[in-house]
Amino acid sequence: MPPKKPAPKSNVSAEELLGHYREMLLIRRFEEKAGQLYGMGLIGGFCHLYIGQEAVVVGLEAAASEGDKRVTSYRDHGHMLACGMDPKGIMAELTGREGGFSKGKGGSMHMFSKEKHFYGGHGIVGAQVPLGAGLAFSDKYKGNDRVTFTYFGDGAANQGQVYETYNMAQLWDLPVIFVIENNGYAMGTSVVRSTKSPSLWERGAAYGIAGEEVDGMNVLAVKEAGERAVAHCRAGKGPYILEVKTYRYRGHSMSDPAKYRTRDEVQKMRDERDPIEQIRDMLLTGKHATDEDLKAIDKEIKAVVNEAAEFSKESPEPHLDELWTDIYATEIPQEA
Amino acid sequence: MAIEILMPALSPTMEEGTLAKWMVKEGDKVASGDILAEIETDKATMEFEAVDEGIIGKILIEAGTEGVKVNTAIAVMVEEGEDVPDDSAQAEKSAEKEEKAESAPAKTPAAAKPAAPVADVTPDWADDVEVKATTVREALRDAMAEEMRRDDNVFLMGEEVAEYQGAYKISQGLLDEFGAKRVIDTPITEHGFAGIATGAAFGGLKPIVEFMTFNFAMQAIDHIINSAAKTLYMSGGQMGAPMVFRGPNGAAARVGAQHSQDYTAWYMQIPGLKVVAPYSAADAKGLLKTAIRDPNPVIFLENEIMYGKSFDVPVMDDFTIPFGKAKIEREGTDVTIVSFSIGMTYALKAAEILAEEGISAEVINLRSIRPMDTETILASVRKTNRCVTVEEGWPQGSVGGYISNVIMQQAFDYLDAPVINCTGKDVPMPYAANLEKHALLTADEVVEACKSVTYR
Repeated sequence: MPPKKPAPKSNVSAEELLGHYREMLLIRRFEEKAGQLYGMGLIGGFCHLYIGQEAVVVGLEAAASEGDKRVTSYRDHGHMLACGMDPKGIMAELTGREGGFSKGKGGSMHMFSKEKHFYGGHGIVGAQVPLGAGLAFSDKYKGNDRVTFTYFGDGAANQGQVYETYNMAQLWDLPVIFVIENNGYAMGTSVVRSTKSPSLWERGAAYGIAGEEVDGMNVLAVKEAGERAVAHCRAGKGPYILEVKTYRYRGHSMSDPAKYRTRDEVQKMRDERDPIEQIRDMLLTGKHATDEDLKAIDKEIKAVVNEAAEFSKESPEPHLDELWTDIYATEIPQEA
Repeated sequence: MAIEILMPALSPTMEEGTLAKWMVKEGDKVASGDILAEIETDKATMEFEAVDEGIIGKILIEAGTEGVKVNTAIAVMVEEGEDVPDDSAQAEKSAEKEEKAESAPAKTPAAAKPAAPVADVTPDWADDVEVKATTVREALRDAMAEEMRRDDNVFLMGEEVAEYQGAYKISQGLLDEFGAKRVIDTPITEHGFAGIATGAAFGGLKPIVEFMTFNFAMQAIDHIINSAAKTLYMSGGQMGAPMVFRGPNGAAARVGAQHSQDYTAWYMQIPGLKVVAPYSAADAKGLLKTAIRDPNPVIFLENEIMYGKSFDVPVMDDFTIPFGKAKIEREGTDVTIVSFSIGMTYALKAAEILAEEGISAEVINLRSIRPMDTETILASVRKTNRCVTVEEGWPQGSVGGYISNVIMQQAFDYLDAPVINCTGKDVPMPYAANLEKHALLTADEVVEACKSVTYR
C-alpha cells in the first residue's frame, strides 16, 4: 500500500484540487442526504451508500474523456454523480418519482443515462462485468478509441463470469478497464474470509492482463493509475485491471448493522485516510484555498443536495400508465 | 432553525423499533456522522448517526421506549443560541408527516392492458410467387446472411460458429463472406459471452448469439432475463438489448436428460422477451429475419431434428414473417390442434390419420409464442368447439396449459369438451431407446386426444 498521505505534487493545480474536493464532497453530502431520506421512509428497498469510496470514481472520471463508457453494480450513486448526471434526477429515482432517471421504474440499483454513457446500475453481483466488456466490444467493433470503465467489488471478484470475461477481453483485446473497488467487505464477509489469494488484481495475470493496486483513498493516486489504464486501452493493448483499495464507512446497505468490524476500524480510517480530508489538507497547507473558500464550497454543495432532495419529494409518483410502458421497444434506441 | 430528528427506517420492512439507548444528551454538540442513538429493529441493533451538525435541544422519546413508529420525532436539534420550539407544534408536524408517509404507497395499479389484435389470416406470400425447396438449416443461414448484408451492426457470436462452420452447420459459409470481425468463435463460456453480447447490444450493435443448444443457455439465463429482457424497463426506455439468442431447443435423439429439454414455456413467461419457435423452413427464414430486425431481445428456438427437413420457401428479395401471427397449416371443422416447432410434425400426422377416420382437424402452427396469436386460436375453437395442444415440453406450466387458460376465459361457452394438453412425459429424458420413445410425444397420442374431445 502506498504511503497514506503522499506529498502534494507540484504539478497539481489549485483548480484541479478544488475540482476533486467539490466532486467528492457532492457525493458525500448526497449520500448522507439519501441516508436521511431513507430513514424517513421516502426511499425504499435496498440503498447502498458510497460514503468513504468517493476518491475512486472522482479520480477515474478525471482520467476519462468524452464518450468513454461506465457500468457498475448496485452501489452506483457516486458513479452517476461523478459522470455528471443531475443530482435531482438521481435523488428522484431513489424516491421512485417521475423525475427520476428511470422515471421511477428502476430505483437505487437500476439507473442509466444514455446521454452520460452510464450503462447502469446492475443488481446482480458480477453481471455488469461481461456487460462492460460487451460495451467495450461495441466500441472496438465500431473502430473508435473509447474505453469502458467496468466497476465491481471484491465480492464480485469471486464470481465465475468475471474470469470468463477476463479471458475473452484479453483474447479480443477489448478496451475495458476492470476497476475492482476493494472496500474489504463483501456485505459482511471480509476479503480474507473469502479467498486465500487476496491480491485480486494479480488474478488477471492468469489471462495475461496487466494491472496494478491503487490507493483508493487518494484521489490523485487513483487519477494517475486511471490515466495509465486509459492509455493502455486506447493504444489497443487490451484490458487493464485496477484494484482500488478503498473503504466504505457505512454498512453494506441501509439495513446492515455492520457488526463484522469494529467501530475503531472505521473511525481510524475516517481519521487517518479520509479522501476528502486529504485533499482539504493539501488545499489548506498548500495555501491553494482558505477556510472561508472551503466553507463557501460546502455551502454551495449543501444547496445542490437540498435542491435535489426537494425535487425528489416534489416530483410526482409515476403515472399508472407507466406500468405498461418500456416493456418492448418499437424502434432501436440510438446511441447518444 | 430547529430540526426534528425522526425515528429512522433502518430496513426495507421496518415500521417501528425500540429506541434502545441515547448516545447523546440534551445540550450536547454533535457533528455529521456522530452516533446519536442505538435503535433495535426486528433484525438487529443499529447505530443511528447524525446527518446535520447542531446541538441536541430536546430529547422527545426516552431510551428504552419500544414500538416507536418510523418518522416519529425523537429529538429536536437546534443551532447555538436557539430556543427549542414548544412540544405541541412538534407533535402535530410529525403526525402529519406520518400520515403522508402511510398514504403514499397504498395505490393499486390499474389494469390497462391493450386489447389483443384481431386474427390475421393473410398468407405468408402471394400465390404467384415462385418457391424453392430449402432445408431449415439453409433457411436459417440465408436469413442471417441477408440481414448481415443489410446491416453492418449485425454479427454472429457463439461456439464453433466461424471456422468449424457451425456445430450443426447453420453458419456454413458466413465466415468466408463476412470475415472474423462479424462471425466470432467464442470459448466455451456461455455465461460470459451472453453477457458480452448483451453489453454490445446496449452499445448499439445487433448481436446474434448462437447457443450450441439451449440446454447450455441455462448457464447464461441470468443475462438473458436480468440483463437483456429487463433493461429497457429499468432504464425508463433509454436503452435495451436488440439481439437474438438462437439455437436448437428440445430433444435431439439419444442424448439423455441434460441435452434434451424444451425451454419454450420457460422463456414464454418473461415480459421483455419475444419468443418464436419455427416449424418449417419458410417460418425459419421469415421469422429469423424479423427477429434480427426487432429492437428487443428475441429467443429463437430451433430444433435439431428439423434442420435437415425440406420445405418450400418463397424466392423473394426480402421475405419476412411478422411476430404474433399464427398460421393455419390445415383447415378443419371438428377439432383444433395447436402446436409449434417439431410438435407440428405430430399434429399434422395426427390430422392425416384422423381424416381417414372421418374427423376433420384444423391445425394451427403458432410460430410466435410471445406475443401469441390467441385470436387465431380462439376463432378456430369457436368454430370446432374442441382443442388439443401439442408440445414436447413437460406438462406442469406448459405452453398448452396457458392456451387452455386463454380458451377457458375467452371461449368457455364454445367448448364442448375440456382442452387436452399433449406434452412430453413428466420425466427427465432417459437414454435407453425404448424408454426415450415412451418419454416423447407420438402422433398416436394426439389422435387419441382428438378422439377423446370429439367423443369418438
